[in-house]
Amino acid sequence: MSINWINTLEALLVVALVTILTRSLPFLFLGGRKELPDTVSYLGTVLPAAIMIILVVFCLRNIGLSAYPFGLPELLSVAVVIIVHRTRKNVFLSISAGTGLYMVLTRTLFITAS
Amino acid sequence: MKSFVFAFKQAIPVFFPYLFIGIAFGVLMNEAGYSAGWSFLSGVFIYAGSMQIVMVSLLTTGASLGTIALMTFFVNARHIFYGIAFIDQFRKMGRKYPYMVFTLTDEVYSILCSIDYPDDVDIRKTDFYITLILHLVWILSCLAGALFGQLIPYDLAGIEFSATAFFITVCMNQWQSMDSHLPAITGLISALAFYFILGPSQFILPALAVSVLVLIVMKSRWPDDQQKNRGMEVEAGLTEQAEENSYEY
Repeated sequence: MSINWINTLEALLVVALVTILTRSLPFLFLGGRKELPDTVSYLGTVLPAAIMIILVVFCLRNIGLSAYPFGLPELLSVAVVIIVHRTRKNVFLSISAGTGLYMVLTRTLFITAS
Repeated sequence: MKSFVFAFKQAIPVFFPYLFIGIAFGVLMNEAGYSAGWSFLSGVFIYAGSMQIVMVSLLTTGASLGTIALMTFFVNARHIFYGIAFIDQFRKMGRKYPYMVFTLTDEVYSILCSIDYPDDVDIRKTDFYITLILHLVWILSCLAGALFGQLIPYDLAGIEFSATAFFITVCMNQWQSMDSHLPAITGLISALAFYFILGPSQFILPALAVSVLVLIVMKSRWPDDQQKNRGMEVEAGLTEQAEENSYEY
């Protein structure tokens, strides 16, 4: 397949610019104000907690709950991350334990054809 | 130097997901016939993992620029909600302000909104170092995937779970540091509700938008104890740094 580099460059530019746009929007609308509106600083405090949990669901969105293995590798690994993080409070350890378990489970108990 | 070491430690948990997703992207680009230079440019100027991977299929199917723009907007629209917490923080960063905005990825966002700065580090420098370190790791991962992706002898599939695991630890740290769990519960309920109504590919934007609305409604209903806490801390004469740091509740 031959690559048309002008087309590719255009496509890359569009993706880069639109990505920058989505990241800049709140700053474009509110960054110029001297004093941020009350509601915005309130949202700045409370919104991250809501967003992070939505992001977790987003990461897990493609697990199939209705067919084998019913999302079990993901759900078990999530449980391990929560338990390890609760007891040891070490981010690195929690991530390694959860990811390690996930990689083992998807290779041994829950092999899916993919 | 202290700030750099601290920043590096904060960034380490994200190295794994970045390496994996970056390498996966580089391999895909390579397989689609694009030389390593394109992977490098994408890493530098796009710096959005899932979107870069979507882009490969857009490139290979020859999608029009309009389609590409629309796709990018919808894949990345969740980022619109990220900046809200950092407007005050970033605009005080002078020349680095635009760079901080352009590099606010899911992972950078999650580090910055849960970080607990010790007294002896410079907050602005730390934020900038974290951002820069992770951007470099991302660029190198994309490049490594394009150049050596085929040579990796191990099957790394599944290591992408490290991103999920990292976000879970951030959620738990936030849960502990906040007086009220209502924001987290709001997010969880709206995410699950829209997930089951709209399905995996449609749920995130309505979930984010409804969470914002619900939280705004709650503000008037519920005496903003968090803001009061912040006000009291400032009154108690904490350091200038703590004042600037709008997400220290």
